[in-house]
Amino acid sequence: MQFMGYKRSEGRAGIRNHVLILPSCACGSESSRIVASQVRGAVNIVFNTGCSDVAANTAMSQKILTGFACNPNVYGVVIIGLGCETVPHKELREKIQAMTKKPVVSFGIQEEGGTLKTIEKATRAARILAAEAGMQQRVPCDVSELLLGIECGGSDATSGIASNPAVGELSDRLVDLGASTIMSESIEWIGGEHVLARRAATPEIHNQIIRVCEDYEKHLLAAGQDCRAGQPTPGNKAGGLSTIDEKSLGCIFKGGTRPIVEVLEQAERPTKRGAIVMDTAGYDISSVTSMVAAGCNAVVFTTGRGTPTGNAIVPVLKVTANEHTYQWMEDNMDVDLSGIIRGELTIPQSGELLLGEMEKLLNGRLTKAEAYGFSDIAVDHVCRFI
Amino acid sequence: MEIKAIMLDAKDNVATLTQEARRGDTVRCIGGSGESLASGEDIPVWHKITLRPLAKGDAVVKYGEPIGELTEDVPKGAWVSHRNIRSVPRDYASEYVEA
Repeated sequence: MQFMGYKRSEGRAGIRNHVLILPSCACGSESSRIVASQVRGAVNIVFNTGCSDVAANTAMSQKILTGFACNPNVYGVVIIGLGCETVPHKELREKIQAMTKKPVVSFGIQEEGGTLKTIEKATRAARILAAEAGMQQRVPCDVSELLLGIECGGSDATSGIASNPAVGELSDRLVDLGASTIMSESIEWIGGEHVLARRAATPEIHNQIIRVCEDYEKHLLAAGQDCRAGQPTPGNKAGGLSTIDEKSLGCIFKGGTRPIVEVLEQAERPTKRGAIVMDTAGYDISSVTSMVAAGCNAVVFTTGRGTPTGNAIVPVLKVTANEHTYQWMEDNMDVDLSGIIRGELTIPQSGELLLGEMEKLLNGRLTKAEAYGFSDIAVDHVCRFI
Repeated sequence: MEIKAIMLDAKDNVATLTQEARRGDTVRCIGGSGESLASGEDIPVWHKITLRPLAKGDAVVKYGEPIGELTEDVPKGAWVSHRNIRSVPRDYASEYVEA
């Protein structure tokens, strides 16, 4: 399987060719929004940290910012900083330039003499990058260039028995074709970690998967919080989920069945190809943020109740098997898998259908969240999201 | 009335209803073995029906994996839920393997 993508001088191909307007701290976020609104082909993110923080949080923020800049869907980067943030814009730019050959420029609001002067310079820089990006042609790329993030959110009873297994089937097919996938949300592996660990390609990876779950649970216990208490929730039980094992299995089956070749920390770039897992929160927006920073060029997202979420850099393909949700929230849903629930579509057929949808996405068809320009982001911290 | 249920793996001994079943309804499994059976009782939508008689202590298998064990004997066509399935406790220490 091939797709028409944007070749990069290093790493995977892009499926989009954005100019990224990247704030180095919260104070640069509004100027970044204004610059992106001026330039067709530019996207911005809103960053809510970058100042007065402890070292571990600064390290995570830098991992996310550099990871976003290096994401294959980004052609070039315009950084807007303030001047007194923990990691100044110039230092962030140099870090990014050490990781990628793509064009990166940066401006500081205090140095330039306020936002209007910064916006003027940054808009001009973004316009030049956008004009260059427009000259780059899509060329044939092998599907092995795809790194797909797999996410679920706003789940309901249809997620665990229909859309998640269908996406698991998609993951298996893609891995068999040579592509790579990342399943995250380690908090939701707890209860099914022994099943997930059996997919490990090596005993070391098996133990890493167990360790991730044990550490997450201990981290929360140290803060006096028990992540198993009340699981499954009364609502889950009423909806037919009997044990935490059943709930977690419904979650982890979206990652398919192929051997797991690597366990990543949040926002860490993979070194292997195949089925990969990442230790992230179950909070969907934070988890997608981490997978995009790790270099995912596409994300598939299952939902039951429906969610509008989107990412500025990477298209998020929204999939539901809930017929009512698809019809009621069609303006936010991309793929209807409700045929599984009606008995008209098998899980293998759904995998085939999703593969076709994925091919269109890779070749440039916009997701609904992408067409609306949605840009959700959440950066995890020392006191982790759950 | 024919009710549909999703069977996720041929090894499963339960299927998940996609419609509410009344006692005596025929439940047809989608996926897995594709078998049909009579519902032995009223079962809410999204809840599980047993595909064979199971004894107290037997593993309830969904996704081809045990999701817990039964706390009572149940016939084929029974409703199983949090009321009669319990999670079997595990500790992390026993889950690590020789690397």
